[in-house]
Amino acid sequence: MEIGFYPGCSLKGTSSEYAQSTLALAKAFDINLKEITDWNCCGATAAHNLNHELAMALPARVLALAEKDGMTEIVVPCAACYNRLTVTQHELNQSEELRDKISEVLQMPLSGNLQILNVMQFIDKYITNRIEEKVVKPFEHKVVCYYGCLLVRPQDILKFDRLEDPQSMDTLMKKIGADSMDWGYKTECCGAGFSVSRTDIVAKLSGKIVKDASDRGAEAIIVACPMCQSNLDMRRPQINSYLQMNIKTPVMYITQAMGLAVGLSKEEVGLKKLFVAPTFA
Amino acid sequence: MEKESYISEIRSKVGVNVNRCYQCGKCSAGCALAEDMDYPPSLVMRMLQTNDISNYNSLLQSETIWLCVSCQNCLTRCPMEIDIPQLMDYMREKSIEKKSINKKSSQIVSFHKAFLDSVKFTGRLYEIGLVAGYKARTLNLLQDMNIAPKMFSKGKLPILPEMVEDKKQIASIFSNTKK
Repeated sequence: MEIGFYPGCSLKGTSSEYAQSTLALAKAFDINLKEITDWNCCGATAAHNLNHELAMALPARVLALAEKDGMTEIVVPCAACYNRLTVTQHELNQSEELRDKISEVLQMPLSGNLQILNVMQFIDKYITNRIEEKVVKPFEHKVVCYYGCLLVRPQDILKFDRLEDPQSMDTLMKKIGADSMDWGYKTECCGAGFSVSRTDIVAKLSGKIVKDASDRGAEAIIVACPMCQSNLDMRRPQINSYLQMNIKTPVMYITQAMGLAVGLSKEEVGLKKLFVAPTFA
Repeated sequence: MEKESYISEIRSKVGVNVNRCYQCGKCSAGCALAEDMDYPPSLVMRMLQTNDISNYNSLLQSETIWLCVSCQNCLTRCPMEIDIPQLMDYMREKSIEKKSINKKSSQIVSFHKAFLDSVKFTGRLYEIGLVAGYKARTLNLLQDMNIAPKMFSKGKLPILPEMVEDKKQIASIFSNTKK
């Protein structure tokens, strides 16, 4: 089967292993993820911080293109892109005035009926019921699942998982054999888009997350957002210097862990691209 | 008249009635950035409630509005479901419009502007272009010099930008959404 796919900019660059492992995992379950033709950047934090109309128009073009490609459903692995696309579709469906204005800017029709799935919703819908029979190499490690801010919020729009103590990633990790532990930082912010402009804040916020994971003996932090991953992983030198420690807990995408469990190779899930190398896989 | 205007404007433009806040403080308690802010979120709400334009101007000049990362912890926990993140977006736009951007926050604003410049030219984010633009705006020329080679060797830093084909449409989106 074929489903629409919006990689977003991170998955084409700093988080290419997320794209690689998502596509490989889908393929292992006979699903082809097809990129939306000529997609553009969702505008991310920058657009919604500076210009509300632009923050609606950029994601709206992506949605309109997906509709034009005949897609009814798209998978958006980046939690931040997913949030922007979902919020945009919701706001445009709420306000006729805004929808007319944006349609005029785009010169494209928008039905507003697209199903937008984040990586967990995609896995839940198409993979979870077949996962156990496919596991050939159980992921028998102690892990903590880090959801970050945006995967489950805002709830009145996303209606997905629990807000304060989400479970979807934990449930799935247990199904592939992991010991998914309880911890205190499931949805605490990593510092998000401040990686470059306020690295000191990222070091502090991500530091608290990494330290709790390490204190509880986690062998890996499992994530589903490229911004969370790059802050906890690529900013590890700054984190460790903030903590005055040398924490080596790796930060893996859930699609990488699942891929390994169903028998994909380290190369196929892009494991070598992580800055903090997992020692066990 | 001036006194009334911002509360009602917020109500009509953002859909937030600031008077619903009863100062329980859960937003400030849960805010990851509160300790770095000049005004934590519950104080922002209280200042808005005073209906005093000088308090509103202080907020438009504050570091708080730029430090908010829109993680939505406040909204998630607010018993009155007040959309503080949207309020922050609105005040950021106002702050730019009134040229009252907080001086200590200039790096954050420069990063956002460099990000959008990159998207404007290529339709997608071009990381090398973004960092070059950011450095040109802030003159932080040596920042992160040591991370780039490692990113490059791991195939995480494409040398050439990804380009959207319909650049005309991207240009029109940017020119038609200008305030």
